Amino acid sequence: MTPPLRIGFIPLVDAAALIVAVDKGFAAAEGLEVELVREVSWSNVRDKLNIGLFDAAHLLAPVAIASSLGLGHVKVPIAAPFNLGINGNAITVSPALHAALMEEIDGDRFDPMVTAKALAKVVAKRRKAGAEPLTFGMTFPFSTHNYQLRFWMAAGGVDPDEDVRLVVLPPPYMVDSLKSGHVDAFCVGAPWNSIAVDLGIGHILHFVSDILVRAAEKVLAVRQVWAEKNPDTVAALVRAAVNAAAFIEDPDNRTEAARILAQPERIGVDAEVIQRTLTGRLKISPDGTIRESGRYLLVGREEAGRPDPVQAAWLYAQMVRWGQTALSPEGVKTAMAVFRSDLYDAALGRRPPEQPPVPFGAFAGPTFDPDNIRSHLEAFEVGRWKA
Amino acid sequence: MSAEQSPKIVIVDESPIRAAILQEGLREAGFTQVVHINEMQSLLARIYAVDPDIILIDLENPSRDVLEAMFQVSRAVKRPIAMFVDQSDSASIQASVEAGVSAYIVDGLKKERIKPILDLCVSRFNAFAKLQEELERTKSQLEDRKVIERAKGILMKVKGLNEDEAYVLLRSTAMREKKKIGEIAQSIITASEMLK
Repeated sequence: MTPPLRIGFIPLVDAAALIVAVDKGFAAAEGLEVELVREVSWSNVRDKLNIGLFDAAHLLAPVAIASSLGLGHVKVPIAAPFNLGINGNAITVSPALHAALMEEIDGDRFDPMVTAKALAKVVAKRRKAGAEPLTFGMTFPFSTHNYQLRFWMAAGGVDPDEDVRLVVLPPPYMVDSLKSGHVDAFCVGAPWNSIAVDLGIGHILHFVSDILVRAAEKVLAVRQVWAEKNPDTVAALVRAAVNAAAFIEDPDNRTEAARILAQPERIGVDAEVIQRTLTGRLKISPDGTIRESGRYLLVGREEAGRPDPVQAAWLYAQMVRWGQTALSPEGVKTAMAVFRSDLYDAALGRRPPEQPPVPFGAFAGPTFDPDNIRSHLEAFEVGRWKA
Repeated sequence: MSAEQSPKIVIVDESPIRAAILQEGLREAGFTQVVHINEMQSLLARIYAVDPDIILIDLENPSRDVLEAMFQVSRAVKRPIAMFVDQSDSASIQASVEAGVSAYIVDGLKKERIKPILDLCVSRFNAFAKLQEELERTKSQLEDRKVIERAKGILMKVKGLNEDEAYVLLRSTAMREKKKIGEIAQSIITASEMLK
């Protein structure tokens, strides 16, 4: 038996594989004793992981990359041997903004290009009327939510730094902020979108899978030096997470998984709300409209758990596009090295799969090529990066 | 230390008691410009208004993420050089994170000047944690006493014991099961309620 591990997490549904691995005994079956520690902010999770108070953590994929690059904080190289989730976020808008968008809409309202163009019209009208710019909430400067919102609105011609306000809000404050009118919309993970809809104060405008078919969301992160010192523990953790992810994805286990996640010391919301996310069947409007998608949140399907360095390169490209860092070959290399598919394969004792994973499937822009990030970025009109 | 030399310090803490302890400590140490913010809604606006040299925030405050964003995008507030003064000073980083305080240092402040502030905060935070712990312990002792009294009453009634005998039975059971007397008492109450 190895010494007990301390692992930090934020109460969100995409911590599912980690929580189930511990609470359903998959970690114990690998000889691991784990103490899960619930945290309130991504800064906390990052800092406690970085200084060694945590052995591992549920972390925003871009935070793992930023930490390795030394962006926004001290530089601590991170290794991510398991991907906790693909997709899982949604964009929710206030009833007023929803009505304004629907008035301008020209085409399929689930097509993000159509809504992005409608948003551009709403923004222009508000400016003409002298109204305050729209405010969008997201969870962290280095977050998929930030990049997904920006990617979407920029495609319609809205400059996220000039035409609207993007503000950081801790996920538990999102719903209150939408209710009080502090924000007009937000992009966040489950369960917060559903809670806003249930309260009758929000409409889910998009699942992020509308914007990107496959987007790495959270990772299981460890310090690189720790991974080197504890290869057996890392492998055992990965196997426990893989088994937990498979358990969650089995439709027969969904109810039990949701019940485990709903515990007050874990996510602490109704099991029913959690189950919606796991099954991808969500109420999107207060009137009860349901939308279903098999791609809402991927935990164990389609090799979701296997870290894909190309996804890391895409996230790095977003950091460059929005001026958080300058483009450099070393930067790309460092970012890609965070996503450790090699550790994942080694833990399962298998060879890398021959088929590459399903591509990003972004609704706008050219196909992403990690070897040519510059030309990828040059294809977009709106951006903050300097060549 | 004159007012001009004293750095402007903002304390972001939702606990008024802890903030007061911290404020007092900083004042005693000669820091004259200390502002406490407990309003999370207008956090950024208030920080902009004060334009501090140092921001101290309670680690359990979710608004830490909001602050991080400010440092990412803000033009009004100067970029922090680091959350902690020096990456190599890992002992002091660890001590402050363990104590529950996080410090952001806004550009332009010398390392020698932040170290005593951080040390002071760590000791003050630890003192507060100890106070809190004592309070909790007293509370749970009081709570235990009430539960034990009720359990004794049940035992006396059901088993026809006197008060001393009931207590001895509770204590010996607790010792045998390696549990607290309060826990045994609570299970007696729970059981008796279920059997009603």
